[in-house]
Amino acid sequence: MRARQPAVETSPKVSDEVRQTTCYMCACRCGINVHLKDGKVAYIEGNRDHPVNKGVLCAKGSAGIMQHNAPSRLRAPLKRVGPRGSGEFEEISWDEALDVAVGWLKPIRETDPSKLAFFTGRDQSQSFTSFWAQNFGTPNYAAHGGFCSVNMATAGIYTMGGAFWEFGQPDWDRTKLFMLFGVAEDHDSNPIKMGIGRLKANGGRMIGVNPIRTGYNAVADDWVGITPGTDGLFILSLIHVLMQSGRIDLDYLARYTNAPVLLNCDPKSKMYGMFLRNAEGKPQVIDRATGKPAPFDKRGITPDLSGTLREAGITHKPVFHQMAEHFLSPDHAPEAVADRCGVPADRIRAIAAELARVAFDEAFELDIEWTDFRGETHAKMIGRPVSFHAMRGISAHANGFQTCRALHVLQILLGTVEVPGGFRFKPPYPKPIEAHPTPHCGASPNRPLDGPHLGFVRGPQDLALKPDGSPARIDKAFTWENPLSAHGLMHMVISNAHAGDPYKIDTLFLYMANMAWNSSMNTRGVIDMLTDTDDDGNYVIPHIIYSDAYSSETVAYADLILPDTTYLERHDCISLLDRPICEADAAADAIRWPVVEPDRDVRGFQSVLVDLANRMKLQGFTKDDGTAKYADYADYITRHERKPGIGPLAGWRLPAEGSGVGGSSSEAHAEGRGSPNPDQLKHYIENGGFWSQHIPEQAQYYKPWNTAYQDWAVSLGLFDSPQPYLFQLYLEPLRRFQIAAEGHGQRQPPDHLRDRIRTTMDPLPVWYDTTPPEQEAYPVHALTQRPMAMYHSWGTQNAWLRQLHGRNPLYVPTNLMRQHGLQDGDWARVTSPHGEIIVPVMEMAALNDNTVWSWNAIGKRKGAWALEPDAPEATRGFLLNHLIHELLPPRGDGLRWANSDPITGQAAWFDLKVRIEKAPDQTESQPAFEPLASPVGTGPKTLTWKVGK
Amino acid sequence: MTALPETTQRQLGLVIDLDTCVGCHACVISCKGWNTENYGAPLSDQDPYGADPSGTFLNRVHSYEVQPPDGAAQLVHFPKSCLHCHDAPCVTVCPTGASYKRTEDGIVLVNESDCIGCGLCAWACPYGARELDLAAGVMKKCTLCIDRIYNENLPEEDRVPACVRTCPAGARHFGDLGDPDSDVSKLVVERGGMDLMPEQGTRPVNKYLPPRLKDQIGTAPAAPMPDVTDQPGGFLGWLDKALEKL
Repeated sequence: MRARQPAVETSPKVSDEVRQTTCYMCACRCGINVHLKDGKVAYIEGNRDHPVNKGVLCAKGSAGIMQHNAPSRLRAPLKRVGPRGSGEFEEISWDEALDVAVGWLKPIRETDPSKLAFFTGRDQSQSFTSFWAQNFGTPNYAAHGGFCSVNMATAGIYTMGGAFWEFGQPDWDRTKLFMLFGVAEDHDSNPIKMGIGRLKANGGRMIGVNPIRTGYNAVADDWVGITPGTDGLFILSLIHVLMQSGRIDLDYLARYTNAPVLLNCDPKSKMYGMFLRNAEGKPQVIDRATGKPAPFDKRGITPDLSGTLREAGITHKPVFHQMAEHFLSPDHAPEAVADRCGVPADRIRAIAAELARVAFDEAFELDIEWTDFRGETHAKMIGRPVSFHAMRGISAHANGFQTCRALHVLQILLGTVEVPGGFRFKPPYPKPIEAHPTPHCGASPNRPLDGPHLGFVRGPQDLALKPDGSPARIDKAFTWENPLSAHGLMHMVISNAHAGDPYKIDTLFLYMANMAWNSSMNTRGVIDMLTDTDDDGNYVIPHIIYSDAYSSETVAYADLILPDTTYLERHDCISLLDRPICEADAAADAIRWPVVEPDRDVRGFQSVLVDLANRMKLQGFTKDDGTAKYADYADYITRHERKPGIGPLAGWRLPAEGSGVGGSSSEAHAEGRGSPNPDQLKHYIENGGFWSQHIPEQAQYYKPWNTAYQDWAVSLGLFDSPQPYLFQLYLEPLRRFQIAAEGHGQRQPPDHLRDRIRTTMDPLPVWYDTTPPEQEAYPVHALTQRPMAMYHSWGTQNAWLRQLHGRNPLYVPTNLMRQHGLQDGDWARVTSPHGEIIVPVMEMAALNDNTVWSWNAIGKRKGAWALEPDAPEATRGFLLNHLIHELLPPRGDGLRWANSDPITGQAAWFDLKVRIEKAPDQTESQPAFEPLASPVGTGPKTLTWKVGK
Repeated sequence: MTALPETTQRQLGLVIDLDTCVGCHACVISCKGWNTENYGAPLSDQDPYGADPSGTFLNRVHSYEVQPPDGAAQLVHFPKSCLHCHDAPCVTVCPTGASYKRTEDGIVLVNESDCIGCGLCAWACPYGARELDLAAGVMKKCTLCIDRIYNENLPEEDRVPACVRTCPAGARHFGDLGDPDSDVSKLVVERGGMDLMPEQGTRPVNKYLPPRLKDQIGTAPAAPMPDVTDQPGGFLGWLDKALEKL
């Protein structure tokens, strides 16, 4: 039979309308085209014009339609009616909800604003939420960076004025060798995939350094299955080999880094290890032309990497001499580190040789003239096509800050930062420490905080301590325990608040942070803290307010729920004041706007904050006559000015009178600096939801030192004046803490921290073992990774995505499977010093021999996320969090040490070590928790989601 | 039972780069979204929030571990959808003529109004590329987005399958594999593109580009790196000489 070919409609109507907004299915923030039929969301695809994703879209983004219609969406404000944790709520009106909230918040503000702890999770509006918290007056604000990647961000900013992801990216079009450390699969996710594709299309190669060979590491040409927590040792050894062989960029180091800056080298001097500075405080170098000292930025000088200076009886040597001594130490030789890293010495040497070969032997030139900050004009830009990327994998260790430092120093030694083919910053970065605020914690009743909460300390003087030396913040950020905690310590808030250490609070206010489940260490313990009562039967943490769009585990533990909208129903701005969507060759920001209206009694959280601010008449939200400045978040986005002319959005502002920008006010536009424009959001919507401005060609590289870039940045309002600076290979702020620990200075650390500060806060990158010696009984490393198709806990409520990653067995390497007599589907008991879990296992060969791992945040509590109680996520899924405590086990010294990086406070999730053994078959993963009552019920039994006719 | 055309005017298909596919499933979900809303019955999901969620997908990504004789194990991500075979057994087995291969472009399609949901085609396909939709009771398969590639309501650059348009790594290529001068044909030649399971005799149109050789750094003895510290004056002596040369 030969079938008659039927007619096929090959040109059906695609949709009634396309509305362009910004994705929120992860932190990548791609542009999306939302196709609507009959007013309903029919299809979502990437926006081709968008600077981030240029049309492509990942699985999460395309599955946004299933997030938008998820049965887990909260429907109305909720007031708890059962005990905390029961999940019993009643729906209330917004008026009642806001009255309750103000009833708790206003008295706090009038007496002691620090009784409010306001922490936000996957918040993409931190410049706004921090502004709100600052105006409320509490010092207790941060987002989730402290348990995410603060080590990377902070190490990058201190070292070179920015790190990876939203701070910068490889020069994908020109790089020839890309080296990726650790996991990074849901941050900058589409740009990295696009970049890897381009790299490979251009014939470039990729090295992956990760104990687990999945995702990007699976397509890496070379895989280094390193032992977790030893990345720093490996990197220091690469540096050792490069220096020993002289394969470093001396010219770059002399011109653009503090390698030539003179250091006080007299151990008897009080300024030992500090920079030699002139009367204006500028670090001094020796000018090779004159042999005399000069400020580092003096016009026309050639800083000398080798010259020494004796002044006032004190010998000063360049930082580079100290680096040579430090990195050339035999302790860093490949043979000395190979066993600990699990990487053969020959391979370390071969990788170092390959980095050097590509950086120097494949160097190229671009015929672009540029002028540096010392006034020298260069005819060409020199390309060194080696680039790096890393995020949480190397961050989430207690030695993560120094490891991230080492990685940045490695890039700089190769001369591959801000050059063609290397790593490039994205505006508003590069940005030196000097352009960032210091932390502020000055709270008093009825007044805003005395400045921004979060910042970068320069030394002990900037710590957030009360006059009696006790921590000013509930999370103990910016204290001697973790002085450089630039993102706060969200993972310590609940346990500190419960312990009343450093003080008790009244109200815990959380946004989009699943702290009663996968976002906390020690999940069971945190649940107990949230439900614990005092002798009078009152909750130890008296009030908990939570805002989320979805029925997460944490909802059950709050007293008041303020239901958020989905990302397609709301206004947002992805602002240059915050974590913008810029690319290396363009500044860009973006909005979300309600492409559909909510069909539930929910409100965008930021608008709710504006409403609360107005009800409490917070200063920054209130006009002089006492009336409200802003009606809602959209109004704030349009009209707020952080300083004159600078607002949340840089595009389509109005030119100032007499600025020379022509045209009528409705047509003429200023970019970056300008007055608020009531039509601004309309322009964004017409432009596809974003704005971008390209960096001029001569300003594209060498940004920290390039006069053309600096001038462009000033014109756009990123800085008020040019901010050229040197990369800080040697980190003087760390030396200031060491000096304090050595007993000098007014502010002194407690004695029990002196040794730790001296050893960990080395001004040059160091590595230290994070495994306590008493933990020999726990020999196996245990990690989590995020699936590319899931973002934290969100993916599981998504009917399409949970079919991709609905199960998370513990992946066990072949040798350990054999050793423990395990087969796929067996159950294993996994024990850490803190607890045990019993979970299903699966063999994996492409895995470090001494590492087990699972997917992050697949395991769910029964009753949450509108799943059926027998969903595999709730029966066989599990969290490693049960094995991880926010404190390390007692060491017999009477102290409990935080399971965090001692420099930044970054949660050391990946320091986890366990032992595994075969367990009897189970019906469910252990521990199994009692089900929560679901405030939203469960989803339908069948989906046939076709909205068109 | 149902005849295949002797030849087709074009041989539209996909070239999938296994060296570049990171296994992100973007193509899987983009396909699910487009084809739920477009050609034929929506791709349904059974028990989508329950114990055993199972839906219809026209494209899936599998991951396989590969253990080379020497060296570390590898992981290969392997996207799989209908390969639009020349000798498509799913067509010849169809009792109603619902499955057919188009003469103009070689796309294998199911005419859902003639499909009785007997499942013979899924049984005949050696690749497991067809899925019976349990809600609609008809066979679903990759259409190469026939309602996109010729769609005059889409901008020309968007007239490609949804999976190709969305693939972030650029691992999916679409074109006429019957034209030796097409970009996809050239790519197949350049990269040694392969048929999937050629022994099945289905002559698939889609091709796979194999992964490049892995873990090569350090396998060949390289020239030893110099040791600049092993000379008079050590590292600082070398430094002074090197700075002179700058």
